[in-house]
Amino acid sequence: MNISAKQGERFAHAGLALLLLGLLPLALGPYWLNLVGKYLAFSFVAVGIVLAWGYCGILSLGQGVFFGFGGYAMAMFLKLEASAPELPDFMVWSSVEKLPFWWEPYSSLTVTIASIFLVPIPVAFIFAYAIFRKRVSGVYFAIVTIALSMTLVVLNIGQQGETGGANGITDFSTLLGFDIINDAGKVAIYWVEVVLLLTATTLAALLLHSRFGKLLIAVRDREDRVRFSGFDTAMIKAFIFTVSAVLSSVGGAMFALQAGLVTPSLIGAVTSVELVIYAAVGGRLSVVGAVIGALLVGFMKSYLSEHFPEIWLFFLGGMFIFVVWVLPNGLADLFRKILRVKA
Amino acid sequence: MTFRRGNQAPRRKAVIPAAISIEETFVTFGIFVMQLFNGLSLFTILLLMALGLAIVFGLMGVINMAHGEIMAMGAYTTYLTASFIEHHLPGLMGVYLFIAILLAFAVTFAFGYVLERGFIRWFYHRPLDTLLATWGLSLILQQTYRSVFGAQEVSVPLTTWLSGAWEPTETIQLPLNRIFIVALTILVTLGVWYILHKTRWGLRARAVTQNRAMSSAVGIDTNRVDALIFALGSGLAGIAGSVFTMVGSTNPGTGQLYIVDSFIVVVFGGVASLLGTAASSFLIAQMQTALEYLMSGSMAKVAILLLVITVLYFRPNGLFASKVRA
Repeated sequence: MNISAKQGERFAHAGLALLLLGLLPLALGPYWLNLVGKYLAFSFVAVGIVLAWGYCGILSLGQGVFFGFGGYAMAMFLKLEASAPELPDFMVWSSVEKLPFWWEPYSSLTVTIASIFLVPIPVAFIFAYAIFRKRVSGVYFAIVTIALSMTLVVLNIGQQGETGGANGITDFSTLLGFDIINDAGKVAIYWVEVVLLLTATTLAALLLHSRFGKLLIAVRDREDRVRFSGFDTAMIKAFIFTVSAVLSSVGGAMFALQAGLVTPSLIGAVTSVELVIYAAVGGRLSVVGAVIGALLVGFMKSYLSEHFPEIWLFFLGGMFIFVVWVLPNGLADLFRKILRVKA
Repeated sequence: MTFRRGNQAPRRKAVIPAAISIEETFVTFGIFVMQLFNGLSLFTILLLMALGLAIVFGLMGVINMAHGEIMAMGAYTTYLTASFIEHHLPGLMGVYLFIAILLAFAVTFAFGYVLERGFIRWFYHRPLDTLLATWGLSLILQQTYRSVFGAQEVSVPLTTWLSGAWEPTETIQLPLNRIFIVALTILVTLGVWYILHKTRWGLRARAVTQNRAMSSAVGIDTNRVDALIFALGSGLAGIAGSVFTMVGSTNPGTGQLYIVDSFIVVVFGGVASLLGTAASSFLIAQMQTALEYLMSGSMAKVAILLLVITVLYFRPNGLFASKVRA
């Protein structure tokens, strides 16, 4: 079978839609659908990593920061609803007497959702633009971001009374009175998530096929030439980093809804680096591959850490090495070769 | 830095009533010296870790995320040596530390050599991929330690002549083992400086760093130089691990605790600058302990990271960047 790259990509997107909208909901019960939903939450981040790392060469090891932000924002709203009109239980335990001011906005769902989408924009943009304008990039950027995520975990755990500390935020079960842990709730959230995810993958693909997408690749391969041609490359990089931050935040919010808890480890360096492998396994140049990679690695993680806990780290470590060494463009590349897609 | 802190420490004591007796001044001075010394201890670990990283990262441009696990390897080697000597050659317990440090260096040096030849060298032109691959390696090593030594912490017995403290005044107690570590760190640092700047081998290493193609053209075996630089960096991590056993106990996650801090030290000081690495580990360690005294540990970490990012914003190549056009 000989197909062109364009056809191949359309097949891949159609296949993904078929899988998420048709096959999985038909084949799986609510329990498994909920698990798949959790893996899909990570795939938002993976799509962002494909955009920033695969196409623009920016490796961020701090995506967990934005994932955690989205997760915490959602969890704060749910927790306030669960404990209203009292204070959340962990605040009472740490004898916090008044709701901290930065919790106040999260008693409204509209504000919560808006903040999940909007707050990462200025934060990520200002941070990234400042750094990229100074031409700090590559491994330096990776180190700064991983340090940032580690530091935020320490800060988060330290503020036990206001953030729930090491235990995170747990014990919530309703969204505007609608039960999210019974079967109907889980399935409903799955549908919302899939629609959001397919929108994100479609937009990402459109972005990559636009003129801007070509510019991204040019920045990745020869940033100095793009700069000499009169483009503000720092602006381009900061923009794509911001897009990936917003995607991570949305993924975090979906995770909080389906997992029923958020913990500081979601923000941490280990999660942040793991998120990169989701994208790398699927293929750093393939939006659809990133989603598939997140599903596969997520499933392996649940399966192995449940049945063979001592093997999981060997497996994960081995996968980092294998993907980098043998399959730099991930499973998507393997499929391209099998299906003989012309580049 | 130290002078400014000298002014700050008494200011914090402003709550003390106006009449300050001589004893109280001594106590304040004692706290100040102890603080400085606590900073020195953190400084030694950071410096030993960062030295190895600075060599590998600065000279070769390789990001080795498994550096922390190599440090843990040195720590476990020390632990094994200590248990072996304790059971079979109890007469040598007094000097086991020196044997252990040499062994830790040898083991990690060899490991680094093999690692570079069989693994790292395939990724030289892909720094970000090196980062991911070595992260994978670090996970595998961590799990290996967990399977072999268990998840709980292991610690080594402290040599008798190193327990106890030197007490120059009543309020100042400086533990002997920490004084020993400081001396050892200075020795190792000078040794590295000597090797890099005063030996033929160091000359070759610096030549390869500056211009690989020309070095190769004049007959330097650049592959061999690469392998030895990497091995030396790993060996230094091994020494760091060995030293670490004297102040803390080792568990499989020990390496991860220090890896990011060490990278921050290297980046802050400016890569490829030994002086920068030493100065920046001193600054960061002193700030860390001083800020921990003034506020909570988590806030101290945040403050330091913000400071480092601010400094990097104005000096993107680090505090002590060499003025070479890349």
